[in-house]
Formats: sequence, structure tokens, C-alpha cells
Amino acid sequence: MQTVTIRAAGGELNPLIPHPVEMVLALVFFGILFLLVKKFVVPSFEATFAERTQAIEGGLAAAETKQAEADAKLAELEQQLADARHEAARIREEAREQGAQIVAEMREQAQAEASRIVDAGKTQIEAERQQAVISLRSEVGALATGLAGRIVGESLDDEARQSRVVERFLAELEAQSGSGVN
Amino acid sequence: MSIIASAAIRAEGFTPPGPGDFNLPPVGYTQETAPTFGFLGETMYAGVTKPMLLLALSVVLVFAFLYSSIRQRAMVPSRFQFIGEASYSFVRNGLARDIIGSHDFMRFVPYLVALFFFILFNNLFGMVPGIQFPTFSRVGIAYSLAILSWLVYNGVGIKRHGFVNYVKLQTVPGGVSGAILLLLIPLEFFSNIIVRPVTLALRLFANMFAGHMLLILFALGGEYLLFETELPTMLAGPLSWVMFLLVSTLELLVMALQAYVFVLLTAMYISSALVEEH
Repeated sequence: MQTVTIRAAGGELNPLIPHPVEMVLALVFFGILFLLVKKFVVPSFEATFAERTQAIEGGLAAAETKQAEADAKLAELEQQLADARHEAARIREEAREQGAQIVAEMREQAQAEASRIVDAGKTQIEAERQQAVISLRSEVGALATGLAGRIVGESLDDEARQSRVVERFLAELEAQSGSGVN
Repeated sequence: MSIIASAAIRAEGFTPPGPGDFNLPPVGYTQETAPTFGFLGETMYAGVTKPMLLLALSVVLVFAFLYSSIRQRAMVPSRFQFIGEASYSFVRNGLARDIIGSHDFMRFVPYLVALFFFILFNNLFGMVPGIQFPTFSRVGIAYSLAILSWLVYNGVGIKRHGFVNYVKLQTVPGGVSGAILLLLIPLEFFSNIIVRPVTLALRLFANMFAGHMLLILFALGGEYLLFETELPTMLAGPLSWVMFLLVSTLELLVMALQAYVFVLLTAMYISSALVEEH
């Protein structure tokens, strides 16, 4: 306890008794700090937080707009693509129809041409046959007449008689051979 | 007593640290030359003392830290701004908003932020080499802040509810009636109005005071054991310094925790003064 009394020129205190000047100064300095914080620190932090929130929200809104735009564009492109496909299909169908039509027309034309050629051929053949029949008839007649004249010695120069004889001969010939050739 | 006496004799003049170690003489004076004045039956030093200077220094440091961290107001914060924002948000969101509620808390953010960092920095002075003095080991400074908090939470309560309703809110517990009230009302009044500021101040003061005294004891005791005594007690000296380091780590935690607790309780008292009913 000796040491304690030596130190005690205001040394040993009851530590719970406050120093009045320190009490006042604590309030003064804390008051200064409070005002500084209230005036400069808190508004700065709050403004920064608000700006940041706003920036993030703005960014989100912008992203949403962009997304919507992109969606619209995509839908438009898809629509265009569908239109183009539709158009292509229509054109293809048309071409097919047209092709079929052309083929049919050509076939018809060819058919017509063919029948025309066949007909012409037939007509020509008929005409030539007629001609052949006629010339054959007159030649056969002349030959037969000549032959018969020579055989019977009968003059057959008379036109009418000659003709009658030939007719009769041919009729007999025809009768002999049935329906015969015509 | 005899044990202590014999210990003192064996210690051959080792002076254990006491409350006097916190009562530093004013700057520029020694214990013998310092002017004094009387206050509440005690003799006080007159003049500018170390804790007074530390109070001023803490204001400068706290403001410099908070203000310079947010000065750029960058959307993408730098590392320093991030630390500032995290510190600010810790008090703003973790204490003010969560306890007082999102409707009212913004009014109290400046007070609580200033309070938290003021106490934290002043406590941490106890760990800064060259300063090594926790300002709140001076009880008057703790009293001042406790009184201020007491005025703030009672003030907002009276403003919100009116004087009579507020006193009723703080002293009449809900859901109780009859004779038991006669017992409870004085108890509630004592606990809510009188005890709260006292515990607020003493908790902070006592933690800083005792923690720092413990550090002094281990530091000076270790030195004394090592240099002034013979083997084998000499070997206890370095051990004492190891303890000093361990207790220092603990003290760091206590310093931060006490700042947190002081602001936490202030926020809770404000919140209880603002509630509509019990």
C-alpha cells in the first residue's frame, strides 16, 4: 500500500467517478462526428446505393426491351420464311400443273398428227387400189378380149358387143369365185 | 491479506496495475506537477489528457475512413469503397434496419453509424502501438454516450406516443392486470428507464478497463519476472508475454463486440420505444 500513496497525487481514483471535462468533450466530439456523418457520409452512401439500384433496374429494363425486340424480329423472320416456303410450294404446284398440261397438249397434237397421217395413207392406198382395179379391169378386159377373139375367131371389135362379152365373162368369173375380190 | 502481503514482499516492489494507470496526467505534465481540481470528492487532473486527444483523433479517423471510401461514388466499387460500403451496410442493414424496421430506421442511421464507428475506433486505440489506450476505459466518456442514447430513445418514444402513453408503454406490461401491476410497474420502470443507461455505460467501460488492465499486468509482470527475479520464476516471464499475445487477440474481439453490443442495444431500445404495444 506504500506505493499507492506515493502515486496518489490525483493518482488512485474511484474509476466509476467520471472526469467532467472528458464527459463534455465526449459529447462534443461525438456531436461533431454525428453531424459530419449525417451531412456527408450517409447521403453519399445512400445516393450511391440508390444509383446502383437504379442502374441495375435500368439495365434489366433495357435487357427486357432488347429481348422483346429480338423476339419480334424472330417472329417476323419466321413469318417471312413461312411465306417464302408457301410461295415456293405454290410455284412448284403451278409448274407441275403447267407441265402436265403441256404434256397433255403435246400428246393430243401427236395423236392428231398420227391419225391425220394414217388417214392420208389410207386415202392414198384406197385411191391407188381403185386405180389399180380400174386399170386391171381394162387390161384384163383387153387381154381377155384379144385372147377370146383369137380363140373364137369372132370379131369382137364392135364396142358394144365387146363390152357385153367382157361383162358377161367377168360376171361368170365372179360367180365362179363366190364373193371374190373387189 | 497475509497471502497478498507475503506475495508483495516476495515481489520486491512490483507495482501491480490499478485504476490509477488509467488516470494519466495531462499532456506536458507529470503526476507531481499537474494542476488538479476537485470533483465529487475526488481529485482530478486539469488540462488536456490523452483520452481527450484520442476522442478528437477518432473523429478525424472515422470521418476520413467513411468519407474517403465513398467519395468516388463508383457504381462498381473499388476495394476500398467496397470495405467502406460493407462497414456502412453492416450498421445500416444489420443493426438499424433489421432491428428498428424498414419504416423508421433511416432516421437513426446517421446516429447509429456515427456511434458504432466512434466506439469501435476508440476501442481499437487500445491495440494501436504508440497509442495503446482504449478511450472508453475512462468511465465518463461511456456515461456520456449512454446518456445520449438514453435521451435519444426516450425522446423518440415521447415524440411518437406522447409523454403519458410512452411512460405507460415502458412501465405497464401488456396482458397483466390487478394487484400484480403494483409490483411490476416499479420494476419495469426501474429496469427500462433507470438500469438501461447504467448497464449500457458500465458494460462498455468495464470491458475496456478490465481488458486493458489485464494487458498491462501481463506485459509489466512478464518484464518484472524476466529481469528482476531469479530462476525459476524468471521463466514465467516469457510465459506471461505469450499470455499477453493471446489476451490481445481476445481483446480485439471484445473491442469490436462491445461497439456492436452498444449500438445493438441502442437500436433495440429505440425500437422498443417506437412499438405500438407490448
